[in-house]
Formats: sequence, structure tokens, C-alpha cells
Amino acid sequence: MLQFYKRLFPYRPFFHWLNHDHTPSRLFTHREFAFTLAGDVYLRYNSFGTVEDFARELRRLNPSRFEVGAIYNARPKDKRTLRAGALQPQLRELVFDIDMTDYDSIRTCCSGKGICKRCWSFIAAAVTVLDSALRNQFGYRHLLWVYSGRRGIHCWISDQTALALTDEQRKAIVGYLEVIKGGAEMVKKVNVRLGTGFGAGPLPPSIKPLVQPQELGGYFTEVILEDQKCFDSDEGTETLLALIPDKNMSAKLRKLWSADPGRSSIKKFADLNVEIKNLGDTQQAKMLRAAQEDIILQYLYPRIDAEVSKHRNHLLKAPFCVHPATGRVCVPIDPEKADEFDPEKVPTVGGLLYELNLSEQPKAEEGADPLRGDWERTSLKPYVEMLQRHAQELARETRDERQRKIKTEASTDW
Amino acid sequence: MFNVRARPSFGKPIANSGDVKQDLGRYPHRLSFYDTPPQDDVTVEDFETFAIDRLRVLAEIESSLIRNRTQEELRLVTLAQSKKYLPLGANSASGMDKNAERSKDRIAERRKDNISHFVLRLAFCRSEELRRRFVKAETTLFKIRYADDDTVERQGFLDSIKLNWEKVDEEEKKDANIKAGLQAQGDYLRKADYVGDTFYKTPWTQVPELVERRKVFLWQGWAYVPSREQSTLVFQEFQTRLEHALEMTAKALPRLDEDDRLIPVLEHLSRGFMAGVPSEYAGPEDDFGETISADMIDDLSSKHFPLCMRNLHDRLRKDRHLKHFGRLQYTLFLKALGVSVEEAVVFWRKAYGGSMTDDKFNKEYKYNIRHSYGLEGKRANYPAKSCQTILTSNQPGPTESHGCPYRHFSPENLQLTLSATYGIPASEQMEIMAAVKGQHYHIACTRAFELTHAKYGVKKGEGLGTANGATETVSHPNRYAARSRELEKEMADRVKAKPAVEVKLDGEDVVME
Ligand code: SF4
Ligand SMILES: [Zn+2]
Repeated sequence: MLQFYKRLFPYRPFFHWLNHDHTPSRLFTHREFAFTLAGDVYLRYNSFGTVEDFARELRRLNPSRFEVGAIYNARPKDKRTLRAGALQPQLRELVFDIDMTDYDSIRTCCSGKGICKRCWSFIAAAVTVLDSALRNQFGYRHLLWVYSGRRGIHCWISDQTALALTDEQRKAIVGYLEVIKGGAEMVKKVNVRLGTGFGAGPLPPSIKPLVQPQELGGYFTEVILEDQKCFDSDEGTETLLALIPDKNMSAKLRKLWSADPGRSSIKKFADLNVEIKNLGDTQQAKMLRAAQEDIILQYLYPRIDAEVSKHRNHLLKAPFCVHPATGRVCVPIDPEKADEFDPEKVPTVGGLLYELNLSEQPKAEEGADPLRGDWERTSLKPYVEMLQRHAQELARETRDERQRKIKTEASTDW
Repeated sequence: MFNVRARPSFGKPIANSGDVKQDLGRYPHRLSFYDTPPQDDVTVEDFETFAIDRLRVLAEIESSLIRNRTQEELRLVTLAQSKKYLPLGANSASGMDKNAERSKDRIAERRKDNISHFVLRLAFCRSEELRRRFVKAETTLFKIRYADDDTVERQGFLDSIKLNWEKVDEEEKKDANIKAGLQAQGDYLRKADYVGDTFYKTPWTQVPELVERRKVFLWQGWAYVPSREQSTLVFQEFQTRLEHALEMTAKALPRLDEDDRLIPVLEHLSRGFMAGVPSEYAGPEDDFGETISADMIDDLSSKHFPLCMRNLHDRLRKDRHLKHFGRLQYTLFLKALGVSVEEAVVFWRKAYGGSMTDDKFNKEYKYNIRHSYGLEGKRANYPAKSCQTILTSNQPGPTESHGCPYRHFSPENLQLTLSATYGIPASEQMEIMAAVKGQHYHIACTRAFELTHAKYGVKKGEGLGTANGATETVSHPNRYAARSRELEKEMADRVKAKPAVEVKLDGEDVVME
């Protein structure tokens, strides 16, 4: 790990991403970092004046992982000298956390801590939905998606307006985005329509398009029916039947399917389609079609960990950390290509160091940046460049904002 | 009685007057955003009594919110309390507006409303917690009054506060995205001619409540608020302005500290508010004369625990495991029940059994238990969670078991659970399920309490007991358990008092010797 912090961690891009600027601002100096050291020692409320200080400490402590927290009204490291309760979080990226654990009751390919390219599809579907909702509906532009190193993904939103959200507003955005609700005992976890049963109305405008074939509807056929075969097993079949609100219909289908034990998920769902078609344009058909849409959502709508997003002072593992159990680096992911991402192909710390040893050591240039690192000579490069581009956009916005201010000030001087 | 000038901290006087006529000009509307501090001299006596009267109203509001009262209950209770302590009449009530006496009354009422509000600002600006609670109670009061206001007068008030909301013009409504979105929003809300309404555009952060409940169409960070939801914008504006004003007052407060006659009054006011409302369960009045050992918990659970805790207990027994929030909810409950930290550790250790190594248990779980008991970390005294908290915060994820079964179970599973754990037959579950459907989860829980305690003579509608004509409904799992244990003890005492008699108990003959 120490070698990783010495030679590979991309300090500058990381700093620019948090700071939105080249000279350290409060976004960096008043920012909390928390380190987890070997033996489960957990150090909270660290903060640093410069990225050099940060790098020094990281190399000294050699933490197994570290987390990024909020920007406070004072320097977090001064917490002890402040009055109790005086240190208050003020700004913080809006973050989202999606974890495979929440899909354990659905996926059939892996269980527990395992993850493969196949079950990654759940995450990919979730990313597509969330990314477009956050951009189109909420108007955010600076989203960074980061692989969590094992079974999930994080999203960091750095727009100025997102940083400034209060806890109440964060709670509202989570409430708006959350569709999957109810604990383990809740069979039907999607209840976003007004009214129920025959009286159920249409889906909210933000969710309605998602059930179409070009969105989650398509994923449903490919992932749930064809690949994961969620309704092949008896248990899966029972869940499906329980989600059909019409008792006669589910009885009829149960009979049909128990006569044909090996019937595939895809056929089962097709059976339901046929039955609905036969009902023509009736209220009953309408209700069942609504139930079908809800099933698609229940299996594929993003299952976000709400608590992570709701509070400014929540800490979240930093990008480019190494996951202690898998050795994988928490690399950024292009949301447009979330589908192609394969968690098993992510660079690991061991692999990267091996690559470094293979390649030739360049001659140290006179006056070279001690924080520059060697990542350019490894397969980490494209990922770091992704962070760089992202940070540049943030810096550009800060610059524009500053110029705009100068201009308006100048004009009011007159 | 002596006059104090209690106003330096209110801000700069705009006009100097004690004259009734001019005052009328200052209170033209019943509703107020409280933009202008009182200008006339206020006696110390008025200063205090006005504030206490307002406090009575606010305290009632806060306690209603904590007790999960319905909107309608809240409205009625608040209006009743206001009528008693802080009446506020309309300009045009019952055609007597021309009556000079009446308008003098109106002025006095509005003056009192204004002064009491500003005094409480002083008392409640001192800490974040107080500010938050004050804003919540005041905003609620404002909402209730707003809904209660005469339509014409309300419009007059709205015109007077000059809100600058951006109206969405017809051009923008023709934009493809906006048009489709508004159409779909109308379909979703099932409102005919939704699109034809007038819309205001505001950053979504101004109307978080509407956003959270998907009541408005969102596009590029803007919320499109139809005029019928205008009230939400007004309430938000009220809240934002008040929050801001309180912060300003807090900064200005040190200057007031010079007047030592007012400080004790203010201290007294804020303490009264804090003490008057028990926001968390304070512990059973009776310790039932026994300490609870780990072994007793199974028995207590089946006899006395509300469904949320029964569910956690049964899950724990079944899975030999609970997820984090489940553990937390249950540990704090057991703590408030009177289980010592030592016994709690024993209980959890046994519960996890061989599925976990001692090492892991000691490292991760023991610490958390001790933390919940305030013996580790920042050593805070964490209160057991109230129904309100359980119902509304930390919603259980798809594989978690904490929360309130009445809210977080699907109806079918809830029905199964009610018959399996409490033996309540389907025929008697109707009212419970109806309450659940109406989202009155604590009423559902109260009804289950009545049914399962019928053997102690609890009848329908009696809830956890009645006092001063009011029925106590379930508001805290520990209160539920304590009352259940009380009933059991009362019954045992009654039985003891009449030894060697046959007692008819729940259909079975129990013979005491
Ligand atoms: S109403 Fe309260 S006591 Fe009853 S089950 Fe729900 S949370 Fe528990
Ligand atoms: Zn898999």
C-alpha cells in the first residue's frame, strides 16, 4: 500500500477535484478526511492546508482506506479547540451509493460478497437511470461515478448548487428518487402511483418513461428474464405471482406453470402478456399492465442507500482508494459506458506495481513535481485522465464565476 | 407596573406611536410575515404574559406533531388553543367590521400576536435546536391560520408581501420537454386541465416538500409550481424568512443582555418550552421490582412487546442475526426497558451463538452495545426511539427488518404476522388494516394493544388508558411495553389480594392457592 501512496495515487487531480481551483480554498482546507488504519483504528476530523501536507500524511499513515467528508465552518482538525457543537458541516458534494447487497434477493448468479460482469448489469441499469434523472430533472452537470472497489458504485455531484444543499433538501431529492420501499417483509416494493388496484393512476412523469423497452424495459428482458432467469425457480415464481394483483389471474398462471415445471422466465412473462392481451381493453387489463410496469421497476429501478445521501456529514470512501479485500482501485466510470464496465478487469494495486516494475524507470527530471507519480506508465492512466478532465471542468466554472463577479463589481463601481 | 423599552433588539422603529388609528394601519392583515417589530413600548408584564400565551399554542402544536396526530386533529387542537390564548379574528367577521369596538379588539389581538412572536424570537434564537423547533411550530401555526383565512383577505395579504416568483410564460410552456412533462404530471396527479393552470418557476430547492412528494414537475433544476400549490411557496417563504431573522436576532442578542430584567424572563420561556414537551420516553414510572436478565427477554417479548420489537426479536431468533439499524432499534429499546448493559451483552452474545467468533463479537458488537448505553465514544445518552422516529427516519432497506411493521410490512404479511404472533384472527383485523390504510400506524398499533390486552379488561377505544378524558395512543414502544407490564402486574396484585379464589381468566380457569 505504501508504494501505492508513494508512486501511484493521483494527488493533483484529486486535489483539483475537491478544490475546484488551483490555490487551496476552503473547499479543501476545511474539508474532513477520515483514515482507517490497520487494526481498525479510525481517525476522523483530519484536514490539511495544502495537497502536499495531505500527501505527506497519507504516506506517513499508510491507511488501508480513507474517506472524504464535508466542508465545515472551521478547520476540522481544530475540533478539539472549538466549543462542543461549534463545528458544523456546511457544504458537501451530493453523493449516492448503490450497493449490490440490496439486490441479493433478486440476482441469481452470485451471492453475498461476490460480483461478476453479469450482476453488474443491475448497477449499470441503475447508473443510467440516476445519471439522466440528476442531469435532466435536477439540472446537475458535474457528476463523477466511481467504482466502490467491490460490489457497488458511488456518485459524487460537485455543482455549486449541489454542494450547498441542506440536509432537508437532500432528504427531498432522495425521497423523489426513491421508488423501492419497504423492508424484507414487503412483497410489493414499488408504490408510486396515486391510488391502488383498479384505481391506480399512471406513473409519475419522471418514472413513466423508464419502463419503455429502450430504458429499463429492455434491461428487464435481457437481464431479468434471459440472463438472471429470476422466475425460473419456485421462489422466484412465487414472488412474481404475489406481484400480480388479480387473484384469479395468478391462480390460472400457477396452474399453467406447475404443469410445466421447467418453464423459463421468458416464457412465463410471455404467458402473462398473452393473458393481458386476451382481456382486451378492460379495466382489469389496465391494472395488470400497471402491475407489470411496477414489476420492471421493482427488479431494476436503482436501489439507493438513502442514509448516505441525506446528511452532509456522512463520509464516503474516496475515489482512487484501494479496496482492502479485493485490492482493486476505486476508479471513475463513464456513465455512458457503465454497461461495458467489468469489475473483474479493474486495475489492482498488485497489478499496477508489477506494471511499474516492468517498465523502465525514467530519469528523475530536475525540479520535477514530487506529487506527480508514475501512474502515467500504468493502466491507471485512462482513469486518472478521466478525473483530470472532470476537475478541469470544475476549475473552468470557478474561473468563469470569478470573472463574472469581477465584471459585475466593476460595473457597480461606476 | 413599569414601562420598559423592550425594543432595541427588535430593530429600528419606523414610526413612533401608541395611537390606535396608526396601529390599525400597521396591522391591516390577519396573517403576518412578522417583518416589522413592535414599535410601541411594551410593559414587562405584557412582554411575559403575551409570550407565555403564544407558547401555550406552540407547545400544543409541537406535542401534536410528536404524537402523530392527524392534520385535522392538529388543526382543531391548534384552533381551540389559539381561541383561548391567542385569538386572531378576521377583518370582516360577521358583518361587524364597521364596529369600532370590534376593530379595536382586532388591533389588540394583532398587536399581541406580533409582540409575542417577537419576544419568542428573542427567547428561541439562542441555539440551533431551539431555532429549529421554533421555526417548525411557528410555520405550522402559520399554515393553519392561512388555511383558516378568508379567501379575499388571504389574497389581500398575498398581494402585500410582494413575492417575486417567476411566472412561466406561454412560450416556455410550448417547449417540447416542458409541455410533455406538465401533461404527464397532470395525468399522474389526475388533475383535469392541469396544463392550463398558471405556473410559477422556482429553483427546486425552494419547494423541497413538493419535490419529495412528486407534486411538481421538475426540469433542469426548476420546479414548475401550479398556482393551486402557491401556498407551499408561501409557507416556504415564511420559513426561510423566519430562519434568517432568527439568525440575525441571535447575532444581535448580546446587546439585549444589558437589560437584566428581561434575561430571566427569556430563560424561563425557553426552558418551559423544552420541559413542557417530553420528546422522548423518560422511563417507566414503576420498575416492576425486578431486574431483567437476558433469559427473561423471550418471555417478556411474547407478552409485552409491540410488533416492531416482537418482529426484531423473532427475526433475531430465526436468523441469529440482525442488521445494523435493527440492532440499534432493539438495543435502545431493551436499555429503556431496564436491561443492564451487562445483561444486554449476554443477550446479544447468546443470540448470535456460534455463528460468530468471540473475537468478532467483542470487537464489533460489544462496542456498539456499550456505545448505545453511552459507555463508549462520545458517551451520549441515546434515547430509545419513539414511534415517530421509527416511522419516519432510516426507512428499512429491502433486506432490513427494523422500522414499524404497520408501516413497513405489506398488508398481506402484516395480516399473517398479526395472526401468527398475536393470535388475532382475520375477522378482528379489519380495524387495524383500515387504520394502516389511512396511514394511522400508531392507531393500528393501539388497536392491536387493546385486542391483545382484552384479557386484562382493556376494551376497545381505551387504548393504553384514559386520563382527563383523553385516550392515550401508542407513541413509544417502551410506553407500550411498560403499560402492558403494568396491566399484568395489576392483575396479579388483584389476584393476590383475593387468595385461594377461582379467577376466571381469559376463558381458562386459573386456580390460585
Ligand atoms: S406504532 Fe410504535 S410501538 Fe407500535 S409497532 Fe409501530 S413503532 Fe412499534
Ligand atoms: Zn454475478
